[in-house]
Amino acid sequence: MPDGATPVLDVKNLKTVFATRSGEVHAVNSVSFHLRPGELLGVVGESGSGKSVTMMSLLGLLPSPPADVREGSVMLGDRDILQMGAEDLRAVRGREVGFVFQDPMTSLNPVFTVGFQIMEPLRAHMGMTKAQARDRAVDLLELVGIPDARRRLDDYPHQFSGGMRQRVMIAIALACDPKVLIADEPTTALDVTIQAQILELVKELRKKLGMAIIWITHDLGVIAGIADRVMVMYGGQVVEQGPVREVFADPAHPYTRALLRTMPKLHGEREPKLRVIEGQPPILGRHPTACPFSARCAHSHDRCTRENPQRRDIGQGHDVACFWDHRGATA
Amino acid sequence: MFTFTMRRLLLAIPTLLFIALVIFLLLELSPGDPMADMPLTIPPEVRQQMRLALGLGEAWYVRFYSWLYLFSVVEPSHVMANMTGLEWLRVEGPRIISFQTRSPVADIVAQRLPQTLWVVGLSYIFGILLAVPIGIYSAYRQYSWFDQAGTFVSMVGFSLPTFFTGPLLMLIFSIWLGWFPIIYDTTLVVDSFYDFGLQLRQMAMPVFVLTLYNAAQITRFMRASMLDNMTQDYVRTARAKGMTEKVVVLVHVLRNSLIPVVTVIALGIPTVFTGAIITEQVFRVNGLGALLITAIYASDIPMVLTLSVVFAILIVLFNLIADILYAVLDPRIRYD
Ligand SMILES: Nc1ncnc2c1ncn2[C@@H]1O[C@H](COP(=O)(O)OP(=O)(O)OP(=O)(O)O)[C@@H](O)[C@H]1O
Ligand SMILES: [Mg+2]
Repeated sequence: MPDGATPVLDVKNLKTVFATRSGEVHAVNSVSFHLRPGELLGVVGESGSGKSVTMMSLLGLLPSPPADVREGSVMLGDRDILQMGAEDLRAVRGREVGFVFQDPMTSLNPVFTVGFQIMEPLRAHMGMTKAQARDRAVDLLELVGIPDARRRLDDYPHQFSGGMRQRVMIAIALACDPKVLIADEPTTALDVTIQAQILELVKELRKKLGMAIIWITHDLGVIAGIADRVMVMYGGQVVEQGPVREVFADPAHPYTRALLRTMPKLHGEREPKLRVIEGQPPILGRHPTACPFSARCAHSHDRCTRENPQRRDIGQGHDVACFWDHRGATA
Repeated sequence: MFTFTMRRLLLAIPTLLFIALVIFLLLELSPGDPMADMPLTIPPEVRQQMRLALGLGEAWYVRFYSWLYLFSVVEPSHVMANMTGLEWLRVEGPRIISFQTRSPVADIVAQRLPQTLWVVGLSYIFGILLAVPIGIYSAYRQYSWFDQAGTFVSMVGFSLPTFFTGPLLMLIFSIWLGWFPIIYDTTLVVDSFYDFGLQLRQMAMPVFVLTLYNAAQITRFMRASMLDNMTQDYVRTARAKGMTEKVVVLVHVLRNSLIPVVTVIALGIPTVFTGAIITEQVFRVNGLGALLITAIYASDIPMVLTLSVVFAILIVLFNLIADILYAVLDPRIRYD
């Protein structure tokens, strides 16, 4: 990927807060990242680290209240999505940015046919006639590998398996040839063979359509297989980010290191037992004044509980938010 | 779906027979006496003769059987003949005769039905027409002043019984302001604009009271159902596709929300026919509800039995219709 290209998506200092009965939840804290054209950015982090909330904040998809995207900017080219009016925002959603949600079982409307749901954005954004949209919908279903596509357009979501519904979701997200595709754990709900098929599909589509992709997953193996860059999130923050090879070869954040150790190895020597990261994820009750990982970190010291580390560059487009110098230590 | 409907219709027959039998036996065991209103000077032998003339001398199963025959064969034939004008449809012979009026029950019902349909049916339709949009908007703008006001009014409408709101309206609009007549004139024949105006005026209060009540109930349903669906994942998908709010709410959310609401509306239709018993009493609307009440007071067994079984049939029928509508509206439901 060309390193110097201007990003299609440039997120700066994004902050999202939920108002709940027991006070505020700071789910996303000053998250910044960018996405270059044609690039595949993998996002990892444990459950509750704010991956989904971050991505939904980008397109204003969180219900407000309770969500409040308080600060930051989301530049799509030279326009800030967060400043857009309703109409411009609609023109971005589904047209320039496609979104695949985490749960395929509930993300499709149960009372409309799959064809109707794929044709909707085509008719709204591309001004297609019914017949044109139908033909395009058939193409899309074939593209994502659903056999007998024309006939299946008139089926309802419950007549599809989970894997096929996820493909339908991908077809919807791809409908208008978006510049950016955001896929939120699109394969987590699926079994391994279907997962592999969808990954292959995405690799292929990316080659064919040249779109930039954000791929959220818990599976580091998937990241290693398809991503150009990886972003590690913890406690609503980006703790480490860099090219996949760099990060996997030389993880700089103690959390990333722990995460890589928990990864079961298929080849080579076997870990004696599956490692887990000790301790609890942080409570996001207020704006963090300490490193969110400090309570679980083996390298934590005074400064980590007084100050939240800023991200610092450690070369090769690799950065980390940690005071600890991983190269100086023997960990 | 067809086999399902057929099966349900066939199953309905024993159910309804059983219901009819239970109602019959209940009336049989009740202490009322159709002779109670007769002057005490009538000698006991004559009284006995009169009882026999009413058919009360036979064993209960004979009477039940003959009622059943009349109810399922003779009366329907007369109703059909009257509706279509085809005289050959009529099955000649005895009819189910009301003790009170000595005229066929079916004729009395046919006479009373229009009053009930005009007042109660119209308020049901008005109630739905008001409730659906209010429910949608309330849910879409949850906790807005509109929603708060709507919720308050529907709570009031729902919890104030019609025997309170009815007299209250009468007091204000008939007695103090004199805008509307207190008594509903069933004999009014509408054949001029002037009469039409009178009819509207006399319908105004009962229709208003019942509309308020129906609208309150359906609004609560509609709102709750919309709120349930508004937070579903597919709504977010629709927004992520760049659909307008109008499409998101009025196509995606509404279509799902209507499923339970339509079912509830269908289940409520039999109450349109049973007539709002209390409201009809309060406003002196001579409808089916009022008919049932007076028949009960007078121990008019044929009338009470026939009306109750007709209501039971309507309830069973609309239950079936509700189930069918459910399957039509929700593609996930398939019977058979
Ligand atoms: N509606 C909400 N109200 C309050 N807190 C919320 C709400 N939605 C999300 N959160 C909080 O935001 C944080 C981030 O949630 P998010 O869904 O982004 O996690 P995630 O990284 O996507 O996890 P997973 O891998 O399980 O999908 C969590 O702590 C969650 O409790
Ligand atoms: Mg998530």
